[in-house]
Amino acid sequence: MLIINCPICGPRPEIEFRYGGEAHVARPAGTETLDDQTVADRLYMRTNPKGLHFERWRHAHGCGKYFNAVRDTVSDFFVTTYKAGEPKPDVAALLKDQAR
Amino acid sequence: MSAPFRLPAGGRIDRSKPLSFSFDGKSYPGFAGDTLASALIASGVHLMGRSFKYHRPRGFLTAGPDEPNALVGVGASDDRYTPNLRAPVVELHDGLVAESQNRWPSLSFDVGAINDVLLGRFIPAGFYYKTFMWPKSFWKSVYEPKIRAAAGLGRPPKDPDSARYTQVYHHTDILVIGTGPAGLAAALAAAKSGLRVLVCDEQPEFGGSLLHDLSSSIDGKTPAQFVADAVADLARQPNVTLLTRTTAFGYTPHNMIGLIERVTDHIAHADPKLPRERMWHVRAGEVVLATGAIERPLVFPENDRPGVMLADAARAYANRWAAKPGSRAVVATADDGAYRAALDLKAAGVEIALIADMRANPTGALVAQARAAGIRVETGSVVTGTRGRLRVKTAHVARLDANGNAGAPEPFACDLVLMSGGWTPTVHLFSQSRGKLRWDEALGAYVPGTSAERERSAGGCRGVYDLQAVLADGTAAGEDAVRAAKGMPGPSRGFMVTGSPATSGGYLGAVPHDRNPATVKAFVDFQNDVTAKDLKLATREGMRSIEHVKRYTTTGMATDQGKTSNMNALGIVSDSLKTPIPQIGLTTFRMPYTPVTFGAFAGASRGDLFDPVRRTPAHDWAVAEGATFEPVGQWKRAWWFPKAGEDMHAAVDREVKAIRTSVGLFDASTLGKIEVVGPDAAKFMELMYTNAWAKLGVGRCRYGVMLREDGFVMDDGVIGRIADDRFHVTTTTGGAPRVLAHMEDYLQTEFPHLDVWLTSITEQWAVIAVQGPKAREVIAPLVDGVDLSTAAFPHMSVRECKVCGVPARLFRVSFTGELGFEINVPADYGRAVWEAVHASGKPFGITPYGTEAMHVARAEKGYIIVGQETDGTATPDDVGLGWAIGKTKPDFVGKRALARPSMANADRKQLVGLLTKDPKTTLEEGAQIVADAHVEMPARMIGHVTSSYQSPTLGRSIAMAMVKGGRARIGSSLFVPMPDGVIEATVVEPIFYDKEGARLDA
Amino acid sequence: MQKYSAFELFKRALGGHQGWERQWRQPALKPAYDAVIIGAGGHGLATAYYLAKEHGVRNVAVIERGWLGGGNTGRNTTIIRSNYLFDESAALYDHALKIWDTLSQDINYNVMYSARGVMMLAHTVHDVQSAKRHIHANRLNGVDNEWLTPEQAKEFCPPLNISQNIRYPIMGAALQRRGGTARHDAVAWGYARAADALGVDIIQNCEVTGIRRDASGAVEAVETTKGVVRTKKVGVVAAGHTSVVMAMAGLRMPLESYPLQALVSEPVKPAFPCVVMSNTIHAYISQSDKGELVIGAGTDAYTSYSQRGALHITEHTLDAICELFPMFRRMRMLRNWGGIVDVTPDRSPILSKTAVPGLYVNCGWGTGGFKATPGSGHVFAHTIARDEPHPINAPFTLDRFRDGYLIDEAAAAAVAH
Repeated sequence: MLIINCPICGPRPEIEFRYGGEAHVARPAGTETLDDQTVADRLYMRTNPKGLHFERWRHAHGCGKYFNAVRDTVSDFFVTTYKAGEPKPDVAALLKDQAR
Repeated sequence: MSAPFRLPAGGRIDRSKPLSFSFDGKSYPGFAGDTLASALIASGVHLMGRSFKYHRPRGFLTAGPDEPNALVGVGASDDRYTPNLRAPVVELHDGLVAESQNRWPSLSFDVGAINDVLLGRFIPAGFYYKTFMWPKSFWKSVYEPKIRAAAGLGRPPKDPDSARYTQVYHHTDILVIGTGPAGLAAALAAAKSGLRVLVCDEQPEFGGSLLHDLSSSIDGKTPAQFVADAVADLARQPNVTLLTRTTAFGYTPHNMIGLIERVTDHIAHADPKLPRERMWHVRAGEVVLATGAIERPLVFPENDRPGVMLADAARAYANRWAAKPGSRAVVATADDGAYRAALDLKAAGVEIALIADMRANPTGALVAQARAAGIRVETGSVVTGTRGRLRVKTAHVARLDANGNAGAPEPFACDLVLMSGGWTPTVHLFSQSRGKLRWDEALGAYVPGTSAERERSAGGCRGVYDLQAVLADGTAAGEDAVRAAKGMPGPSRGFMVTGSPATSGGYLGAVPHDRNPATVKAFVDFQNDVTAKDLKLATREGMRSIEHVKRYTTTGMATDQGKTSNMNALGIVSDSLKTPIPQIGLTTFRMPYTPVTFGAFAGASRGDLFDPVRRTPAHDWAVAEGATFEPVGQWKRAWWFPKAGEDMHAAVDREVKAIRTSVGLFDASTLGKIEVVGPDAAKFMELMYTNAWAKLGVGRCRYGVMLREDGFVMDDGVIGRIADDRFHVTTTTGGAPRVLAHMEDYLQTEFPHLDVWLTSITEQWAVIAVQGPKAREVIAPLVDGVDLSTAAFPHMSVRECKVCGVPARLFRVSFTGELGFEINVPADYGRAVWEAVHASGKPFGITPYGTEAMHVARAEKGYIIVGQETDGTATPDDVGLGWAIGKTKPDFVGKRALARPSMANADRKQLVGLLTKDPKTTLEEGAQIVADAHVEMPARMIGHVTSSYQSPTLGRSIAMAMVKGGRARIGSSLFVPMPDGVIEATVVEPIFYDKEGARLDA
Repeated sequence: MQKYSAFELFKRALGGHQGWERQWRQPALKPAYDAVIIGAGGHGLATAYYLAKEHGVRNVAVIERGWLGGGNTGRNTTIIRSNYLFDESAALYDHALKIWDTLSQDINYNVMYSARGVMMLAHTVHDVQSAKRHIHANRLNGVDNEWLTPEQAKEFCPPLNISQNIRYPIMGAALQRRGGTARHDAVAWGYARAADALGVDIIQNCEVTGIRRDASGAVEAVETTKGVVRTKKVGVVAAGHTSVVMAMAGLRMPLESYPLQALVSEPVKPAFPCVVMSNTIHAYISQSDKGELVIGAGTDAYTSYSQRGALHITEHTLDAICELFPMFRRMRMLRNWGGIVDVTPDRSPILSKTAVPGLYVNCGWGTGGFKATPGSGHVFAHTIARDEPHPINAPFTLDRFRDGYLIDEAAAAAVAH
């Protein structure tokens, strides 16, 4: 069971959270200018990387907040978590920091 | 009763507490502190079981959890029976009942042994892949049943387990796993730090190998005294928790370690309040792995007879349990350790016929001691076979020539053969943690390399075997854990060890012999009967990866998971392929380290606690009224309320008629309810539902449709506007959590600019639906402050008021098509108000109805149920809700996806009504629909029946269906092919009763 | 190919089994092939076999990162059934089931297909409606599937607890008698041996590192750790890792890779006669030829390539098993493992051409790919050989996500195995 660092509450066990899929996926919003391929991409296409993954979690049995995380999908270790709406962190810099 | 092989003194058994137990129906004596294995050995019993495939007689190989042979079923009654337990780790208690397995008719005469004697040569590894294919029909009828009957070990329990299991969540700064010398030293070092330390060991007492070490001295104490003092020291410290009989079985991510504590199996009459086992989920800051090492057998022909055992196991039986494993022993070894066993057994009165050492020139201190003690040592010698039917009687020893070939053997009479191929570090937990193993060529073993988690290994489990070094290694590991946990270690201490000479040696692979390689059996995996020649066959057939060899031969796949066999298998494959071991790979270590009871994983999660039942405030009232219940999500809902003699059909008929002609009472409390509040509440609702909300007046309600982003219907419900900034949203019963999470998702991540709060109020409001032409009259006397007339309080309205003096939200809504109200009162008042409404309705014959009548009544009106008419592939238009889409709205969730071409395809399935030609025929829900009366297989299906009932109101059957291009088919006939005939039905509008809606105001 | 039979076994036994030939070669990678299959799991090997056998395309390499059959083929719970709801799915899975029936004889390798029956339990009214919908649809598609009352279900599977006093009482069950299990490793080995005998090169311990495209955008070569291979046709059959491989050709996929756990008990004598699945309480169970209870459930909650799952998921699975079969509570878990399954939005597979000429993909089987192995390989070989789908896999395109013609087995049944 993973330990996940909720940006609001701090580290908590995985069972308090719900996974929310890939982060930073744009919504196929109500604009009529999107073509069907773009709509399908946003609805269905996923990066699904083997390695660092930007993803969403919700602290469902806690503060209830959705937030974003960077996790290595091979080791399941987290690089960082950050609040929803914040920009993608500089992962390379973070990894360098952690290595130090 | 006497135990002829019980040593007169010594051992850690309690001779003041004699016990009696039975094995295969025969009674034996023992003492407290014995295991089933030690007590049987003390009684001279070595025949313990039959092997998996060849049914060869087998005895004890080990004295621990690595035992592959001596598996027994334990338990006097079927509700307490456990198969496949390892006799060396079954603690004895008075009255214990054990039996052998996989033999018929008896252990000493087993018919299955024909597999060994006659069939053995025809059933090599993987033989079943090559045969049993003709005639084809024989596989199912003959071959497979026979294979299955022959397979399996113990008999499965037949009765439900009567035991109880519990679970504990535990946090600790440092977890020490294993309490041999390394673990104890680590625990002592860690304990001084004041940090929380948890120490566990799978055995009934701490000490590990020190418990059978009679010759060493630590700080001037005997090992036993050292252990006793160390444990007393640890037990005194409040920051230390000690767990015996507790196996660390699984190392999962982020330092979560699973432990299983056996609480009562060793007690004859346990306190019934105690669980049988307790599972610990330990979250550890730092972990010290001190899991020791496992001795390896030597792979020589007939190395499996009862009486052939690992050298250190024999030493443990004699030293720790005062059980003499035999009278005359031949020792076969490639490692110094066996000399120690020979010396200790000699001291215990076992005659040592000779030590046959594979090595040409062993030089260790123990070798010299053995020679000095007068033990015959033959170097460059191997055992090339054994004789004896149910117990070893002779061992054949041959010298190896300069090329390593065995010469002519000399027989030695014996009843015990000790073997040692050296030691394999127990790296299971390290490997489970995803640490990378490293091949140590000098040691001939895989040892922990790079860590993935916050752990370190100490002692035997990383290939450190010398006692002085092990204690120092343990201390260093304990200090390292402290440093990692709090930044600085405590004061260091050292140990002074004497009488424990360093050892060396070890061998991987098959021992050379002069026997016919085609017929002789030298076992690698004892339990699965995998021999050296099976492994060679696998490599000859092209299996190169160790995973292929393992799966093809089943080596390492038995209940011991290869603890004694994996390294020898690797050695043989390496030799056979002429490839170094690291290039062959290593099979992955998987949880659990030793088998763990299913019930312990389930813990208290059984019966009602398997998934706690949600009950409404009026639940018990319905129970008292004799209602039948159905599970809906986590809820139990009243399904129907049968009166004496009524079946479901009669009850539902009566309930629906009451709704249509008088008044019915329904518990709608399970409906999901969410309060949407805030200055931007209406804007938020505009985005979450397809409908328009901005102009909905306060006190008015609207039916809302919610879509997923892909445009398909996700949920629906009636939504009331309580105030400008406040909506009372209802959802389907099962959908409530999903809908709230969906709303939160969008509010937090897509529309964070909106000032809105969402609150689940499902549990806060009890909902009492009063439906039928008399509904107003029933509730009027109970309602304060609302003019209930249609003019003042029309259909689809909501008022805050008091009902029975209780603050309420009163909805005028209908899911039956009749005049209806839904009274929302705080849940704590739900039962009281329910009863008051029921009392008020008595004069009108108010009838409580269940979900089935609700379904029938709504189907008569053509109201859909999300999840029944829809299945996640329906658009609003598909189910006739196109009107609910706010077409002029700039955005709502699912809007863009709805505009995809496929969503407007004329061939989509659309909701229609079906009327069977014969009104008495009720279609089956789920039945498929075709367009042509002449059905040819495979049929071209154009739809399916979603809801179907006998309508009491119409006196005929009605059905709803999703049919391709359904709306264009209205008026035509369709066909429902059933196994016993085709049913014709007419397609109609999906509304069967009161199309005008006049009854809503009746 | 050396013949396998009881007679041969007898004959070789007399020679001490020295005469058995290797089941497949260890060939060197050639510089060019007519087709390259990426992934030597059951689906990939079956594809190669049918390419060689039915389409005469024998100059084929199957490239495998690890050892053949070492991915989901060797990690699944071996359930075989074809009682899927939609016509497209039923056709695909039943195509496979028909091949299963004679597969051992066809490839001369006993894959131990055991038609023990697959029973899917219904615990709620909704389950009953869903099961009936499946049964009727299956019947009209010529796929066997029948409804059993709780009593009939217990007769077929005696350990079943049909007490009405349990948390989720059994309201009935759907039974597909032709459903069952097979020996997973044997499927990989049998196809490998048969494909090898037809000339297919199986290259193990060889990782694909790139897919080269020519100026027109078409596939021209595959880069591997053992060198570059020229080829005009590449079939990607890399379950779990599809997204990673397809990214090499610049394609994004509608896939997410999730851990899927399974576990076995210690072996016991025959105690469980069929396969039982319950979607409502999330567990399935059968007993292997060896006597182990084989148990699984749904995927873990988050995407991962770690090939291990969380302890609490194991616990939920065993909660469910103990609730349905309280006599197994005392059985013990012997081994627990994880696979990586790639899951599509509609829980149906993709067997398709792609936007890149010469690149074909077979993926998205989610938790249930094993059962489709022979049928999947058969139609995918057709797709690669003819550059157009077989009628059976024509609906399972990649484009369906753009066009909205999903085959939503997920919506039809909460979990599809």
